[in-house]
Amino acid sequence: MFNTTNHRYLAMFSIFSCGLVFAVGLQLAAMTHPSKVQGFLDITGLWDPSLALVLFAATGIFSLGFWSIIKSRIRNQKSPILASSFQIPTTTVIDKQLIIGSVVFGTGWGLSGFCPGPAIANLIYLDIKIFGFIIAMLLGMAIAKRLKKQ
Amino acid sequence: MINYAEFTPMNALMGGALIGCSAFLLLYLNGRISGISGIASRILGKPTESTAPSWLFIFGLITGSALASNIFSLPVPKIDNSWPLIIASGLLVGFGSVYGSGCTSGHGVCGLARLSKRSLVSVPIFMLAAVISYYLLSVVS
Repeated sequence: MFNTTNHRYLAMFSIFSCGLVFAVGLQLAAMTHPSKVQGFLDITGLWDPSLALVLFAATGIFSLGFWSIIKSRIRNQKSPILASSFQIPTTTVIDKQLIIGSVVFGTGWGLSGFCPGPAIANLIYLDIKIFGFIIAMLLGMAIAKRLKKQ
Repeated sequence: MINYAEFTPMNALMGGALIGCSAFLLLYLNGRISGISGIASRILGKPTESTAPSWLFIFGLITGSALASNIFSLPVPKIDNSWPLIIASGLLVGFGSVYGSGCTSGHGVCGLARLSKRSLVSVPIFMLAAVISYYLLSVVS
């Protein structure tokens, strides 16, 4: 159906578009606002359940597509439309890294109300603190990558 | 008690639906899981075949964020954290999400929907850790 060059461009364009739609979703849901995230974490005070609904809608739509379409494609050994194979994690081991990583990630997330997606979406406001957050985050990622390799 | 003044159910559902659509399309079309921490970490280190797609997704995120902010005239988020808090939080978020192989998108959205055993363990842990750290922060400050 496609020649390979067009196919490649189409794949690149689709990845860019997915990022775009993802960020529109984050913005519409106001997940780019740390106060909105921390309002959700504030279960002992005035609780804002918005984040739970974001997660509910996102997992709901993704589940539908995953269980009705993706699963059968994998079962029938079909590839994704624009790539050669599905890259889905298959490990099921609950190891120390998973537990420690989750505790550390959650702790950091609570302190600022930023996780990676919303932090990147916030770059457009050119706030120096966002650049600081992103640089620290990339540094933290680089350290974790190093440790995991050992 | 629920904060009805801040609760925005319709926007949350619509935004969440878009995030779900994006995650489904990325997997359906390109075979990739939308884990933002994984994507961000892949721009680091030696270039691999995943480097260019990761940059494209990040450029998409920035473009979409700018478009939505302008088209819907959305308010600018306020960041009133101190510098030490911003840096500490960034380091912890970056380290934890890569060490634990996922964040709110990879474990949260995609992992929970796939009923991944690791995500079903990770999400309650990071949610609880976040609730506790925010609580301690508000007690201290």
